[in-house]
Amino acid sequence: MGEVIVVTSGKGGVGKTTTTANLGTGLALRGKNVVLVDADIGLRNLDVVMGLENRIVYDLVDVVDGNCRLRQALIKDKRYSTLYLLPAAQTKDKSAVNPQQMQKLCQELAEEYDYVIVDCPAGIEQGFKNAIAGASRAVVVTTPEVSAVRDADRIIGLLEASGLRNPQLVINRLRIDMVKRGDMMNIDDMIDILAIDLIGVVPDDEAIVISTNRGEPAVTNEASMAGQAYRNIVRRIMGEDVPFMNLESDSGFVSRLAKMFGFKKIK
Amino acid sequence: MDLFKMFSKPDNSKDIAKERLKLVLIHDRANVSPQFLEMIKGEIINVISDYMEIDESGLEIKLTRTKRDSDNSTVPALVANIPIRKMKDSGKV
Repeated sequence: MGEVIVVTSGKGGVGKTTTTANLGTGLALRGKNVVLVDADIGLRNLDVVMGLENRIVYDLVDVVDGNCRLRQALIKDKRYSTLYLLPAAQTKDKSAVNPQQMQKLCQELAEEYDYVIVDCPAGIEQGFKNAIAGASRAVVVTTPEVSAVRDADRIIGLLEASGLRNPQLVINRLRIDMVKRGDMMNIDDMIDILAIDLIGVVPDDEAIVISTNRGEPAVTNEASMAGQAYRNIVRRIMGEDVPFMNLESDSGFVSRLAKMFGFKKIK
Repeated sequence: MDLFKMFSKPDNSKDIAKERLKLVLIHDRANVSPQFLEMIKGEIINVISDYMEIDESGLEIKLTRTKRDSDNSTVPALVANIPIRKMKDSGKV
């Protein structure tokens, strides 16, 4: 029986879809059987971030409505042999699916895959309730901004109220230069406020934009800082103990940065 | 040496962000309505007015958090700043 992990945030545009794509691809690169589920019905995007938009025939709503079998709707990613995508419907809305149906769907998928990763829509309404319905674990994505942290706090409360205890935090788009001069909240500030476990910190990185342009998740890019950060998160999701490096310690800025994201040496 | 920097407040913008967040989250978590504090304010004025004359326009009341003395953990606190004009006779011993 696999694990169903929902990636959520409350606020839009903080990197849920990017995180879903990278974690899923990263897990597949480590040999796990993974299916990504786009729960953002009406505003699907995981397909384009993954570069699989041209291969959609059936979608999640088709499966739930019984228009096709689950297997028919799954898109196999040809680049990574153990990775699949279940796309969202684009022409329907959130009310096309209910939490019971999502729960059943996730259960079915978890029987066949090691990891079912659900990309949650922004907001706290029906789409959110659908996305979390089948999950046993939650990853909350935030950025170091007041609005994103506030929404993350709200989401954490709602997750806990729904029985999803101990959500784990991904801090996305951290700019170390700004943190250093005191113009951006640091990791400790956010952990202090949100009081949940940290599972990873992803630096702001141009490679994310470039990889999204290409439809190729940054986790596969060995040279990218964000890619390295995602590879670390993937290992932590699998239960490995990958240390976090302290921002404030060490002498040189570059070596500190490099250590923080798990690089041994900057070439 | 930047003179303005020397005399300006030492707060970094991230400290301001953190402070603002902490405050707004107390309200969010407590699910406090905007009328809530006004109600408390009205009641406090009622009770205190029996004993002292207060400056109602200068009354400040806010929900914030504070460190608990016993274990240094952060707890929500209701902080009221009530300027007293004079004590009433009924309040004197």
